[in-house]
Amino acid sequence: MTQFVADPDEAVAGIGDGVSVMIGGFGTAGQPVELIEALVRSGARDLTVVNNNAGNGDVGLAALIGAGRVRKIICSFPRQSDSHHFDAKYRAGEIELELVPQGNLAERIRAGGAGLGGFFTPTGYGTLLAEGRETREIGGRHYVFELPLTADFALVKAHRADGMGNLTYRKTARNFGPVMATAARHTIVQVAQVVPTGGIDPEVVVTPGIFVDTVVELPSAQPAPEEDGQ
Amino acid sequence: MTDEAATLSAAGPLTRDEVARVVARDIPSGSYVNLGIGLPTKVANHLEPDSGVVLHTENGMLGMGPEAHGDEVDHDLINAGKIPVTELPGAAYFHHADSFAMMRGGHLDICVLGAYQVSAGGDLANWHTGRPDDIPAVGGAMDLALGAKQTFVMMDLFTRSGEPKLVPSCTYPLTGLACVSRVYTERAVFLLGDGQVRVRQTFGTNVADLQAGLPGVELVDATGRA
Repeated sequence: MTQFVADPDEAVAGIGDGVSVMIGGFGTAGQPVELIEALVRSGARDLTVVNNNAGNGDVGLAALIGAGRVRKIICSFPRQSDSHHFDAKYRAGEIELELVPQGNLAERIRAGGAGLGGFFTPTGYGTLLAEGRETREIGGRHYVFELPLTADFALVKAHRADGMGNLTYRKTARNFGPVMATAARHTIVQVAQVVPTGGIDPEVVVTPGIFVDTVVELPSAQPAPEEDGQ
Repeated sequence: MTDEAATLSAAGPLTRDEVARVVARDIPSGSYVNLGIGLPTKVANHLEPDSGVVLHTENGMLGMGPEAHGDEVDHDLINAGKIPVTELPGAAYFHHADSFAMMRGGHLDICVLGAYQVSAGGDLANWHTGRPDDIPAVGGAMDLALGAKQTFVMMDLFTRSGEPKLVPSCTYPLTGLACVSRVYTERAVFLLGDGQVRVRQTFGTNVADLQAGLPGVELVDATGRA
């Protein structure tokens, strides 16, 4: 059953050194900044992080990388106009990068959450990012084999949770949240509001509570802050 | 040829906004379309409000409206370039795996992308310069290149130093193989397919002059003016 905790520090208290953590968000939209900042305070290090990007500005994931806590990042678009913390660590050889096309990243996470052993995708065939991979021709089209992706923990920002841990999201802040929630052994969610059980119409639930382990309500958490460019 | 097309053809190389307008005019009413980051986003400014074109943004939305200004700005509502946008009536939100299923599954009609290079065979290079000091970032480029029923490229025909970007084979790292069907540039519109590069329209130039500037790419005159 979903547990409800009082603050972000308690929510991330179980995350130790050397584990893998999926972090939701596309840029800053949907990035669970308060949970990540609690993770910075916790001191957990040697982390493998899965995110679309590699941090923006100086808060959230950028701060985690800047503090030297991330050993490896699996992402699609690390280099941005405001990814200076990642850029510095990467150029210094202090962070490992696994670059995955964005749709393959999302599908690897979905496959992981769905208990699949991988999938064949046309995306990336014949490119640098598919070098050395198993390929197959199916129906006259070329495909590359991609492995599933799971993690020890997921940190997700949703909009509302009910007492059962059912979640709704807000606009394009949904992005990776629903698939990451399925693919981690322990999914930790920050929401702007917890409503009583029955307070979310079952027809509009996006992530059913079975995928949600821990919820923390952060009414003060605003929509994503402004960021600089792509 | 329409009067407008004839005027464009005679006037000289197009501005980027004029290229965007040519692309927009070629998008059939009711199409589902993804406009890539950079130059292709200009196409949105030239779509008629009643065109019925539905814009997809791969971070998780169909029915994307124009860029948001002032009080409209909501940082939970952004496009793939992470610019705040608006939603149109009938918009829908979805997660990333569904969003890329829309592409990979062939549900989008047209994708418009920028490029470093396009080969005569339709190979696309637009994600990585290949320079050793460059931090690679791919994003959705490889998914987009393959994911629509038709992939259009919108680019300058030559680099700032004058090198052609329509080439016999790409020297930059590839984004996708044989995926581009049209190339819109300031000097011409090229149709790619069946091993041919056909010139549909020229702007302030002619096929013979274009051919002289594109070594190794055999152009077929399809302007109807030959």
